Amino acid sequence: MNIFANKFVAEWLQGLGRIALLTWEAFTSLFTFKGSWGNFIYQLYFIGVKSQSVVLITGAFTGMVLCAQTYFQFHKVKMDTATLAVVSVSMCSELGPVLTALMVAGRVGAAMAAELGTMKVTEQIDALRTLATHPVDYLVVPRLIASIVSLPLLTAESITVGILSGYLVGVHLLGIDPTYSYYNMLKYTAGSDVTTGIIKAFIFGGIIAIIGCYKGMTCGEGAEGVGRATTEAVVFASITILISNFFLTLTLTELMRYL
Amino acid sequence: MIEVRNLRKSFGSHNILDGVNFRVETGESVVIIGRSGGGKSVLLKHLVCLLNPDAGQVLIDGENIVDLNERQLLRVRRKFGMLFQSAALFDSLTVAENVAFALRRQKGMAEAEIRKKVSEVLEMVELPGTENKKPSELSGGMRKRVGLARAIVYKPEIVLYDEPTTGLDPVVSDSIDQLIVRVRDQLKVTTIVVTHDMRSARRLGQRIMMLHDRRIYVTGTPEEIFNSTDPIVHRFVNGISMPKEHLLI
Repeated sequence: MNIFANKFVAEWLQGLGRIALLTWEAFTSLFTFKGSWGNFIYQLYFIGVKSQSVVLITGAFTGMVLCAQTYFQFHKVKMDTATLAVVSVSMCSELGPVLTALMVAGRVGAAMAAELGTMKVTEQIDALRTLATHPVDYLVVPRLIASIVSLPLLTAESITVGILSGYLVGVHLLGIDPTYSYYNMLKYTAGSDVTTGIIKAFIFGGIIAIIGCYKGMTCGEGAEGVGRATTEAVVFASITILISNFFLTLTLTELMRYL
Repeated sequence: MIEVRNLRKSFGSHNILDGVNFRVETGESVVIIGRSGGGKSVLLKHLVCLLNPDAGQVLIDGENIVDLNERQLLRVRRKFGMLFQSAALFDSLTVAENVAFALRRQKGMAEAEIRKKVSEVLEMVELPGTENKKPSELSGGMRKRVGLARAIVYKPEIVLYDEPTTGLDPVVSDSIDQLIVRVRDQLKVTTIVVTHDMRSARRLGQRIMMLHDRRIYVTGTPEEIFNSTDPIVHRFVNGISMPKEHLLI
């Protein structure tokens, strides 16, 4: 039992070390961009544009259900007009960035791991290396930049659609007074809530790209290895997003007090 | 010049290479033969540091490349071209984009010049007019030719071939052999071929090395190897299995 525990901890630490090295390599390469612009534009299209429908649907229905559920509780204590304020703050600082990141991790993180994993098992990554091309420059950096550019934009979109949907449900379906609701929403939503959400999205974008690429580039042999890498990329990225979200909330809230 | 000193490599508890030593002179053509799963491809990958050894040295023109990091290795790898067993073409790119890959990465070369070089090298591997095809549209032999075109377009000093004729019919294998000889003679490159195809080995090697029992067992000219009276070499080059191995199969 002890041997298994030691082996598990050693492998876990080795994995963390390798992810840290990949992150360092990718960020140093970021400043001396040696990737291909064509590849970057394609990744931007794949991550940013092709994720639109998933993110819009997630944002809209999250805003709608959040508004309905908040209204049902607030109505009992005659606080109906505070409903949109709760929707707005929640969407900006928590639900918008986290749900967007989880949806993108499922779609994009899996695709990155599968694509790079297939390239690894078919020796295409080795071929890149023999052609004097660093795999991090060519494969990881364009995906990383595209991901950290796309995620904040997708999150902003999700927040906007979520609040708008919440407004429509609250005002037109549940009959909340629009003027007071709007006034309270602006009163209780601070600029720091939006900033927090966008900073989180930026970090989540980095997490999705690094974990997706790492799992692909270190995947095991054959179809089974690629399948496992794909699953692990989604699971690990999602867990990392959820755990880091808690610490980011504490840290960023504290930081915002000083700004 | 390539020199390998006391190279050792294990995967877990499985020992693959145990003290491999050899030297290949500039312009020489060497074939490494040995049984399937004997570590030939592993040895070849060590020459470009696609794998890192557990111990030992790989010297390219006197420089030990084992201690270099991935970024420093890019400089050394410019001397190499490599044809992989599966050709390893980038399946999202066309034939022309695959062949032009290294030229575009070097930057500074005009697009017209890149296109001219690509079409020249495709002519050389007898695949003119295939520029816009995707790798999935090509046969096994054609993929190997494109892989070779990609490996030689930037005029490397050393070309490595990992099982270039495996999985091909005898006629296509013969044409690939002829192509390797043509590339060697026209470009004056150092050639290292890993194969277990004895017909290819006889035709391509000025010198043949046999990898057996995790080390270089014997080295000699094709005549010496094919006329060897050593039982292990004799059995291998003539494709004779041991009685015990019949039972295992």
